[in-house]
Amino acid sequence: MSLFDRLRSGLKRTSSSLREAVTSIFTGGRVTQEFLDELEEVLIQSDVGLKAAMALRDRIQEENKKRNLKTPEELFGVMEEMVAEILEGVSEPLRTAPSGPTVYVLVGVNGAGKTTTIGKLAERWRGQGKSVIMAAADTFRAAAQEQLAVWAKRTGSTIIAHQSGSDPGAVAFDAVRAAISRGVDLVLVDTAGRLHTKGNLMEELKKIIRVIGRELPGAPHEVILVIDGTTGQNGLNQARVFAEAAGVTGVCITKLDGSSKGGIAVAIADELGLPIKLVGVGESADDLRDFDARAFAKALFARPE
Amino acid sequence: MKPKMEFEGLSARLAGVFKKLRGKGKLSEKDIDEALREVRLSLLEADVNFKVVREFIAQVKEKSLSAEVLESLTPAQQVIKIVHEEMVELLGGKAKPLDLSGNPPAVVVLYGLQGSGKTTTAGKLALNLRKSGRRVLLVSCDVYRPAAQRQLEILAEKSGAGFFTMDPGTDPAAIARGGYEKARTGAYDVVIFDTAGRTQLDDEMMDEAARIRDAVSPRESILVVDAMTGQEACKVAQAFDEKVGLTGIILTKIDSDARGGAALSIAKVTGKPIKFASTGEKLEDFQVFHPDRMASRILGMGDVLTLIERAQAAFDEKKAEELERKLRKKEFTLEDFIAQMKEVRKMGSFGDLLRMIPGLNRMKIDVDIDPKEWSRIEAIVNSMTPLERRRPEIIDGSRKRRIARGSGTQVQDVNRLLKQFFQARRMMFQMTPEKMGRLRLP
Ligand SMILES: Nc1nc2c(ncn2[C@@H]2O[C@H](COP(=O)(O)OP(=O)(O)OP(=O)(O)O)[C@@H](O)[C@H]2O)c(=O)[nH]1
Ligand SMILES: Nc1nc2c(ncn2[C@@H]2O[C@H](COP(=O)(O)OP(=O)(O)OP(=O)(O)O)[C@@H](O)[C@H]2O)c(=O)[nH]1
Ligand SMILES: [Mg+2]
Ligand SMILES: [Mg+2]
Repeated sequence: MSLFDRLRSGLKRTSSSLREAVTSIFTGGRVTQEFLDELEEVLIQSDVGLKAAMALRDRIQEENKKRNLKTPEELFGVMEEMVAEILEGVSEPLRTAPSGPTVYVLVGVNGAGKTTTIGKLAERWRGQGKSVIMAAADTFRAAAQEQLAVWAKRTGSTIIAHQSGSDPGAVAFDAVRAAISRGVDLVLVDTAGRLHTKGNLMEELKKIIRVIGRELPGAPHEVILVIDGTTGQNGLNQARVFAEAAGVTGVCITKLDGSSKGGIAVAIADELGLPIKLVGVGESADDLRDFDARAFAKALFARPE
Repeated sequence: MKPKMEFEGLSARLAGVFKKLRGKGKLSEKDIDEALREVRLSLLEADVNFKVVREFIAQVKEKSLSAEVLESLTPAQQVIKIVHEEMVELLGGKAKPLDLSGNPPAVVVLYGLQGSGKTTTAGKLALNLRKSGRRVLLVSCDVYRPAAQRQLEILAEKSGAGFFTMDPGTDPAAIARGGYEKARTGAYDVVIFDTAGRTQLDDEMMDEAARIRDAVSPRESILVVDAMTGQEACKVAQAFDEKVGLTGIILTKIDSDARGGAALSIAKVTGKPIKFASTGEKLEDFQVFHPDRMASRILGMGDVLTLIERAQAAFDEKKAEELERKLRKKEFTLEDFIAQMKEVRKMGSFGDLLRMIPGLNRMKIDVDIDPKEWSRIEAIVNSMTPLERRRPEIIDGSRKRRIARGSGTQVQDVNRLLKQFFQARRMMFQMTPEKMGRLRLP
């Protein structure tokens, strides 16, 4: 199943999609002031945020002046195009090391899907015949290491873990060292979930990243911020603070197989200019996709079938 | 780090509304609409579902139009007060405890989306109940997520609860039955079932949730919801409620800076109470849910509300008029003084309050009373004769000694009280009626 199909099949069963809502308020077949006001509110329902909703509204108004928008299809065309532009504007593929091990660090708030995404990334690289080391740098949460160990086993990766409660920086250090000496292709560092509001935990994260950079110049090649697709406007705060503290280079939006369409991605790309690089569409190892701005925009306004 | 960015924006926005509407006397429909427009935007920013916002605003508008106009508040403040009251009501009024009545074991099942915090919450609930002396069994029905069973087992150890699960190849409903049996025969008071995360779109998994419920007939079916959830919270809660029949909600991760509008959405669409709030990763980080605090948080206006509440308490209109009348006649007795003190004592520091009032905030007033001193003051006044209370000037040395003896205090204490009284009276008498009129908040 393609990402688009997957997203659409999710949308199918939600009672009122964005598309339906917009269609239902576009009754007069004309873009009126009243319609624009309502449109803004309806757009909010996709979690894109007030700012993006207003921008979309303004675009519709502008476009309407140029060429009288008369059908819902025309409206969706305009909005889809605009969302795709925003997302494409900052889009960038995943980086890899020109030579030697590639290191990805996954960061994010609690329960976003970091560990699972590591399993999925490992599956992808292993499928291409590459070797993978997982660093169990979440030494805090109950059974975090055991969880990662299951993913290591499933994907045929090596796991580097210390005792529970030990220094996460030391785990990352050991993993990078091991990768260098064994000529491993990819290191995936699993960090503990942390709220962006907790200064001490953000400092800990900085330290992990510093340690990695010291051991292997140029690393980490990606600091991937994992954001739950169901997240509301707080996602913007998360992205802002993680970007500042940890130098986030890309975002992965997870749980898009749920009923949420991950509208917060639009706000993040628009307001912070962070590229969305990956999306998670399920709990299995193969439920990871590269981000496709066009498909995402289309899914946001998709017709429920 | 700037965790409170959104929050500040909102306070500023509301301050803007206040300024615009300052000084107008009555609540006109236009005033209400203007204030509610800002409230609407702030609710949307707080992730309250847009449909819920619409209904809620309509409800508040109706109330506002028919509201009795309180002289001590500006129109904007009054609207905000109604908004807040309505929201508290919607969020469940008084906090409700878990229902653990009936024959033990009392059954609690936790449901929710992936990663919302179910397993951690199970551990927290267990610890909470253990503290009140109950025997708790934790049962893991999550056979999907890697190491989910082990995670709960560790939390059971930490919280002093028992633990039960079965081989991951087992049907979760069968595990639930096994867990219930163990709780029954093992004389546990409460048994808590942790279930796998699931999206409401997954029919198979939703059917499984219903089968788990049927296997154990829970007294409490709790939806565990992440406070950072966006607009979808409504649909999620509705779907779970339809499928398993929820009895309550637990809100997690409120230690984040999310405004938590999802709480309002869910409370509104399900009508189910929010019972607990989870405030961190550690098992101790768990509290009873406070609707009033949550309402202030969603509105992003904690401080403004306290101010309104304090102002109301302090300047009960009738009493203010009575005082004004007396001051005009230059009558201000120790009894008035004490009555005033009693009232402001409810609000903490008198000085604090006065400093909030424009015009008074620059006066030097030394009237703050240490709470410990309060009982002493009361004793002193109670030892006075009615005449002494009305005309404190007559209190001479021998009267002071008598009063001190009668109240079990020292003469210095009596002196201090009288000094404070005379100072307050002097200040009151200096106030012209125009100044009195300003004893109202902005
Ligand atoms: N439906 C769905 N579930 C997902 C997806 N990604 C992760 N999950 C689930 O979300 C839950 C949390 O995932 P984890 O990978 O443990 O999240 P985490 O960020 O590592 O969590 P912490 O380490 O506790 O902060 C698990 O139940 C995962 O199976 C996804 O794309 N779709
Ligand atoms: N900061 C914070 N973290 C929390 C809170 N409650 C839970 N967590 C964290 O959120 C993450 C997910 O919690 P879990 O209890 O594993 O969530 P779950 O719902 O059981 O997840 P699945 O079983 O995968 O669906 C963990 O990292 C927890 O430590 C909270 O109130 N505050
Ligand atoms: Mg993890
Ligand atoms: Mg769990």
